[in-house]
Amino acid sequence: NMGNWIINHGLTSFILVVWMGINIFLFVWFYFFYDLGDQFFYTRHILGSALAWARAPAAVLNFNCLLILLPVCRNLLSLLRGSFCCGRTMRKQLDKNLSFHKLVAYMIGLMTAVHMIAHLLNVEWYNNSRQGVYDKLSTALSNLEDSDNTTYLNPIPFFPTTIPTYFVFTTIAGLTGVIITLCLILIITSSMEVIRRSYFEVFWYTHHLFVIFFAGLVFHGAGRIVRSQNMDTIPPHNFTFCKDRSDDWGRIPECPIPQFRGGFPQTWMWVIGPMVLYLCERLLRFIRYMQAVRYRKIVMRPSKVLELQLVKNGFTMEVGQYVFLNCPAISQLEWHPFTMTSAPEEDFFSVHIRSAGDWTNKLISIMEQLPEGAQGPKMGVDGPFGTASEDVFDYEVAMLVGAGIGVTPFASILKSIWYKFKESNPKLRTRKIYFYWLCRETHAFEWFADLLQVLEKEMDERGMGDFLTYNLYLTGWDQNLTNAVTVRFDEDTDVVTGLKQKTHYGRPIWDKEFEKVRKENPTSVVGTFLCGPEALAKVLEKKCAKYSDVDPRKTKFYFNKENF
Amino acid sequence: MGKIEWAMWANEQALASGLILLTGGIVGVAGQFRGWQFAAYGVAAGVFVCLLEYPRGKRSKGTSVARTGQYCFTVCVKAFGPLTRNYYVRAFLHAAICVPGGFMLATVLGCVCLGIASLIYLAAAIRGEHWEPILPRTETQRKPVPPSIKNPPSNPPPRPPPEMRRKRVDDLEGAAYDNPIPVTANEY
Repeated sequence: NMGNWIINHGLTSFILVVWMGINIFLFVWFYFFYDLGDQFFYTRHILGSALAWARAPAAVLNFNCLLILLPVCRNLLSLLRGSFCCGRTMRKQLDKNLSFHKLVAYMIGLMTAVHMIAHLLNVEWYNNSRQGVYDKLSTALSNLEDSDNTTYLNPIPFFPTTIPTYFVFTTIAGLTGVIITLCLILIITSSMEVIRRSYFEVFWYTHHLFVIFFAGLVFHGAGRIVRSQNMDTIPPHNFTFCKDRSDDWGRIPECPIPQFRGGFPQTWMWVIGPMVLYLCERLLRFIRYMQAVRYRKIVMRPSKVLELQLVKNGFTMEVGQYVFLNCPAISQLEWHPFTMTSAPEEDFFSVHIRSAGDWTNKLISIMEQLPEGAQGPKMGVDGPFGTASEDVFDYEVAMLVGAGIGVTPFASILKSIWYKFKESNPKLRTRKIYFYWLCRETHAFEWFADLLQVLEKEMDERGMGDFLTYNLYLTGWDQNLTNAVTVRFDEDTDVVTGLKQKTHYGRPIWDKEFEKVRKENPTSVVGTFLCGPEALAKVLEKKCAKYSDVDPRKTKFYFNKENF
Repeated sequence: MGKIEWAMWANEQALASGLILLTGGIVGVAGQFRGWQFAAYGVAAGVFVCLLEYPRGKRSKGTSVARTGQYCFTVCVKAFGPLTRNYYVRAFLHAAICVPGGFMLATVLGCVCLGIASLIYLAAAIRGEHWEPILPRTETQRKPVPPSIKNPPSNPPPRPPPEMRRKRVDDLEGAAYDNPIPVTANEY
């Protein structure tokens, strides 16, 4: 419904509208500045509206090149997140930083294309004018030289006779333009999703061409080849009167030879701030990387899952956050994100690393070869990042749904809930949790089953067996499994997980589950949290709406779409 | 960087180059630039490169994501057999195609981009990669239905051992399954 949409998407839409509005404003403003401005009358005589079509996207490019560095300053964003401003809604915006980065990149690509095409036209028209192909006024303007009492308009020199290509490669603007456009194209093709997901190193290393991009960008306007007429000459040159009297320029008092000057390069003013900020960001990452990280425990879990328990001075985290890890022994430049599986109440932080690619495989093999009790290889830790999922503690009844790898942040959440419960932490309002764990098979998640076992035991000891109800749904199963289950159906504990509560096969029937939760909690507010695929999010959102009662005394379901 | 298939990136780069060459060519022709003949060539070459590069090849490891509607292009490209399968051919082809683009400003960028794509394809070819079409799974690839399914089962279904099968009269509630018919003691 409308209210929900505004809460979930309102701020994002607002930001996008403002951003697009600024883009449009800049484009239109600078278009008319160059298309109507008197000082460009003579320039336009040669170039037509191609001048404005080149300068308008240039302004939009300045703005977007300013913006593009900001969303990737993750430490800066973390600072913002932790500070004054942020209500939860604002913090969630900061989590969408990469989407915004991509959007700005698309705009830069589009504007570069327009800018380049317009300048292709400009160079061609200037060249034609130099060859004397156009009218008298045009030739007269192009004949203006760069000497003692004349300044030139047409940047294409007389000698040597040039072709456009030669001209472009021998001017600062042309050369930097070609180089940075090339960098941009390489960055874009290596950032396509196919390449990014499968060959991260190609993406990451090629992306560093942005350094060349910004360097070239700053010098791009240094040649000052966009020329405008100096309207303040004494005596003044009135173009309306003098445009048809080019033969008389310099010979009659009303028409002195018109003087021209180049535009002052402005791009550096736009981008210098973000460049400095980004430099600070990289410096900060480096400092954090230098900070000592000690291994408290290294555990090889079943199915090639590596658990690392780490300790770092001054490190504090909240539930559901993630860190970036860097291991110079494997790769100097790569930082990889991992959701933390420890609770903030613990005096260490942990990650569970699955074998999922080059970097993770190398890390696991290094750890496997470590002698017992030894410290692991030097590890840099950046973070924590991400919006904390603290909302979980606000609900009396919580339905937590984790699908596949999405179960990882719930390790942190469940542990924290249990710690808070034991300490009678007033922040914890949760009295009952329904946990749904959906996966194709439990390989690589046995460590999570172990965690549930420990929790189950502790709750039993306190007579709190009801606090946590969990349901494991195996959505992929085979003959061996069925045989095992059939033979051991009578045992107390589940054959797959060793847990007291039995495994289900196939997907949950959500109608039944919501019905059950509603029946067992007739007057509560239930928070539903999902970490899993989008399709499931839609299903759960619908069910929450369906089973919520308008009557405020009865059960109400709230769906929280978290980006873990 | 061991497991990179360079051809995947070369393909993205070449497709982008084709588009850039095409765009530059259109501008050169529409603006009636000097040397517009090279621009016309750029249009033709750009279209050709786009058609050749649009169908993504199959990855040797991992899932391949086909581009929308690429099936008919796949069929056409596949029809050229070894010419399109081999990446050395593609590398030299792109290198040759890009050269005339360098003679005119509007197509220079397309020329350089295509040259770079050619180099990446060369790297792919040296590493032994080749182009495989992504084809939809056909009927013949499905496993044929084994004959045994057509006959009724000759063995009884697997059961737990007898001591577990015996219904626990003292704990009917705890019996692991519901019975549609009432349970009586000493059935066996």
